[in-house]
Amino acid sequence: MATLVIAEYDNAGLKPATLHALTAATQLGGEIDLLVMGHGCRAVAEAGTGFAVGKVLLADDAGYEHQLAEPCAALVVSLAGDYSHVLAASTTQGKNLLPRVAALLDVGMVSDVMAIETADTFRRPIYAGNAIATVQSLDPVKVLTVRATAFEAMVPGDGQAELAVLTPVAGPGGSRVVGEELATSERPELTAARVVISGGRGMGSKENFALLEQLADKLTAAVGATRAAVDAGFAANDMQVGQTGKIVAPELYIAVGLSGAIQHLAGMKDSKIIVAINKDAEAPIFDVADYGLVADLFEVLPELKSML
Amino acid sequence: MKILVGVKRVVDYNVQIRAKADGSAVELENVKMAINPFDEVAVEAAVRLKEAGQASEVIAVSIGPDKAQETLRQALAIGADRAILVLHDGTTEPLSVAKTFKALAEQEGAGMVMLGKQAIDDDCNQTGQMLAALMGWPQGTFASGLTVSGEQIEVTREVDGGLETVALNLPAVITADLRLNEPRFASLPSIMKAKKKPLDSIDAASLGVDLTPRLELLGVVEPPARASGSVILANAAELVEKLKTDAVLV
Repeated sequence: MATLVIAEYDNAGLKPATLHALTAATQLGGEIDLLVMGHGCRAVAEAGTGFAVGKVLLADDAGYEHQLAEPCAALVVSLAGDYSHVLAASTTQGKNLLPRVAALLDVGMVSDVMAIETADTFRRPIYAGNAIATVQSLDPVKVLTVRATAFEAMVPGDGQAELAVLTPVAGPGGSRVVGEELATSERPELTAARVVISGGRGMGSKENFALLEQLADKLTAAVGATRAAVDAGFAANDMQVGQTGKIVAPELYIAVGLSGAIQHLAGMKDSKIIVAINKDAEAPIFDVADYGLVADLFEVLPELKSML
Repeated sequence: MKILVGVKRVVDYNVQIRAKADGSAVELENVKMAINPFDEVAVEAAVRLKEAGQASEVIAVSIGPDKAQETLRQALAIGADRAILVLHDGTTEPLSVAKTFKALAEQEGAGMVMLGKQAIDDDCNQTGQMLAALMGWPQGTFASGLTVSGEQIEVTREVDGGLETVALNLPAVITADLRLNEPRFASLPSIMKAKKKPLDSIDAASLGVDLTPRLELLGVVEPPARASGSVILANAAELVEKLKTDAVLV
């Protein structure tokens, strides 16, 4: 029994989501191999050898640039014979790739695993997190994406895993990246931040979001948003927290000017401490918040900023 | 180009669901059902491509019980030309749904399949990707923008860091994100017209697809409730003090 973990990385190295996925993999028992696919990513694979894994597999080829699902799935399937589990973090990349892998292997898939009970039995949220299902996979290979916030991050050790270089596998092609528009932020990554401050429609405008950003800088927090705030153009789409956005579980989540629709709660209700700032005392967010301030955010935010 | 568009009948997104008392499943008796919101976006996108002269026909497909006819009528009211209901009682999993769509896409000679990015009941986010794999087609997931030009489609995708645009050779599978469009409101005349559009019911067995579930549902529980109700504080100073006491702020 062995697990293949698919790495996700940026220019700086492995992404935090992958470190959480590695911890999930340890709970399955058995060996763990880490697969790094891309172009010019040897340094990432080398950094990966420092973790407590068996092998780091490197597929470095122009065909894997941008980690498109079509060529990457073909490569993963070519390796899958050696593994009982194929696992990735439940990020947009993991969600794009793994179902394609599962279908090519003719196996079902378990998305967004939040707990591993045994090597074939998993718990996952359904209905926007309003119910938790326990499911048993009946297939020979288990293909899983795991919810990063449900597992601790693996810390790099002095491991000296073997680095194996793979030969590229021909994929179906038919797709290429023609443009990228990546949001740049100096603040911590939303899904990995210790503190998250999110704004909703109540922020009123894009300019007012600066109030959250200033407070976030004081707290080294990440800034999130509701779907309503994103649709209104107050914030970028990759800041959305919720069922269809990102799932976060920081130590402190500050919800400002947002009502607390179930689709938003699905993305943040596992936060350790939730603070709600809203002028409507009846807003549902107060049902899940630990601390609430019924007040005008335009008065409270500058006050908080001056006190911190 | 024919577009096949998938729609799923799910619990309405406003309903607060409950687990059954015996913990075997989610209670679905007497619960309001509706079209999956992402699928509504997918239907709207397909209909817009037809209106722009880039598609010849839009065929809405659903797999489920007889009642899923209502969901298909909704898709027809948005502007789909005809509908196919694959009758199946019981659980449908993404892999079996993808296999059913493959059979239909081949039968109809579809040049594109549009789906929602996920269903709001099982929250799987798998079917589109699985279908693309089975067809050997490229995939454009989490789409928030589409431009068809000849034999290619450019898809703007919502990814974790921002947006990514991919060019895909047609035929392809596209899954819709919420921001792709604002589905139109079905007017009364269009609802009346939808009642006259063709809706074929076929038996799942006639497609020769194995719908046996690959996952066994062992149980469903409601998530642990948070301590209900917040401690309402008087002012910002009190909040800062509380957070410092709880050692969240240093």
